[in-house]
Amino acid sequence: MQSEVMFAGFGGQGILLCGKILAHAALNKGLEVAWIPSYGPEMRGGTAYCTVVISDKLIGSPIIKNPRHLVAMNRPSLEKFAPTVKPGGVILINSSLIPIRSGRSDVDELVVAVSEIANELGSIKAANIVALGAFVARSKIVEYDLLIEAVKEEFAGKEKLIPLEMKALERGKLAAEKKN
Amino acid sequence: MGKKVLMKGNEAIGEAAIRAGCLNYFAYPITPQSEVAEYLSRRMPEVGGVFLQGESEVAVAYMLFGASACGERVFTTSSSPGISLMSEGISYIAGAQCPVVFVNIIRGGPGLGGILPSQGDYFQATKGGGHGDYHLLVMAPASVQEAVEMVMRAFPLAEKYRNPVMILGDGLIGQMMEPVEFPDHLKTEPSNKDDWATSGMDHRKSNKRNLVKSLYLDPKVLNDQNLLLKSKYDQMKREEILYEGYNTDADYKVLIVSYGTMSRVCRTAIDLLKAQGLEVGMLRPQTLFPFPEKAVRDAAWKESCKAVISIEMSMGQMVEDVERCVQGRRPVEWYGKCGGDVPTPEEVMDAVRKIEK
Repeated sequence: MQSEVMFAGFGGQGILLCGKILAHAALNKGLEVAWIPSYGPEMRGGTAYCTVVISDKLIGSPIIKNPRHLVAMNRPSLEKFAPTVKPGGVILINSSLIPIRSGRSDVDELVVAVSEIANELGSIKAANIVALGAFVARSKIVEYDLLIEAVKEEFAGKEKLIPLEMKALERGKLAAEKKN
Repeated sequence: MGKKVLMKGNEAIGEAAIRAGCLNYFAYPITPQSEVAEYLSRRMPEVGGVFLQGESEVAVAYMLFGASACGERVFTTSSSPGISLMSEGISYIAGAQCPVVFVNIIRGGPGLGGILPSQGDYFQATKGGGHGDYHLLVMAPASVQEAVEMVMRAFPLAEKYRNPVMILGDGLIGQMMEPVEFPDHLKTEPSNKDDWATSGMDHRKSNKRNLVKSLYLDPKVLNDQNLLLKSKYDQMKREEILYEGYNTDADYKVLIVSYGTMSRVCRTAIDLLKAQGLEVGMLRPQTLFPFPEKAVRDAAWKESCKAVISIEMSMGQMVEDVERCVQGRRPVEWYGKCGGDVPTPEEVMDAVRKIEK
């Protein structure tokens, strides 16, 4: 079984890190993973996206045109990638920055005011972790406990941030569990 | 072997070189492999090594030449246009028989081209690049793990043959993060460097003066020198060929020959075609020079096999080697795309379906 997640947003929103943490959580579970960034001549504030492939067997093509899930942190990302998501996947929409919806009826649309929640927690920088918590809680792509461990590992060098990141994860999870 | 860590290909390549006992890295940054330099600028000082950014790739090639001539283990990384600039130096290094490891994380060409993954430097790597009769030993990894293993193998091979070795990756191998398990630090082999390197007389047993050069004005002497180089390339063909088969036990109707990142896409396509009832095999060269001639020929000549297709992220380069091996006994086709637009499994399936009919 193979799943792919595309994380997309502005440069600076922590998109690549978000993908890396998920990849880490899956690796700790003993799964095969590949993390593929977009790379190109970008300016500050330009688009950034990455794909994480998680599989129980050796990963073939690392280039994914149709991911199973999408985490869209800004409007251009949602507009560009929502049509590519496979039916049945999760599309997370950061409603703080995205006034529109995916227009898809065959996916699980998860609308979370990611940036607002992060601001309430005291740091907009935690928005990516809010989104990650919400996405994993809804998609169950890895166990939530593994995600907690992976976030702790990632921030091991910046320990004073861990309580904030834990709160961010939890708020994301709560938002995902709330019935729309 | 240690614990599995998640690492970007470029960083893993840098770490692998250190674990292979290479403490000299000279380079000039270029996308998509600049993270190697970024990583080693931090790591080399930690292990007492030398990180040096040259003023250009031309200069870097001669820095490598100089350090290697003095018996130091040394390597560089670059991407396509950078390797073109180094190519004069590479020819000198091969001519003077110096063991240097080069990593080319290919980007789209020709010219400045683009910065996305490509396999357009196959000819440059396997057939020359620089002038004169020389070859590099060329290995092409298909994963971050394999890149690590090949980099670590490259140093002893370069020293065994006193010949430059090239790791030919593409932008994806450099940029992608995958789990990596590093083999233990390489055991240093007893060195024969005293026999040839200009490492100083102080610690040597013999009084013979070593001279490293590629200039031989006497035609007979130069011919002998070329025969000596040829004998090394012949030995590589006997001893160093590496390849891997995929679904080759099946009675496949079509044989794909593909390497590096492209071969992974083909693997997915082969699985999907199998589910649709079409058996396709793949031969993946891991060494591009020496090319697995006999393996490709035998796989192509298998009774069930009706056609062969070389699938590359280039406009058809390796296909010439495949044609040479198949010797006209099966139709040999090519499919590929350039410029960073990596073919999808579906596109590979279409290409295979077309020739299968």
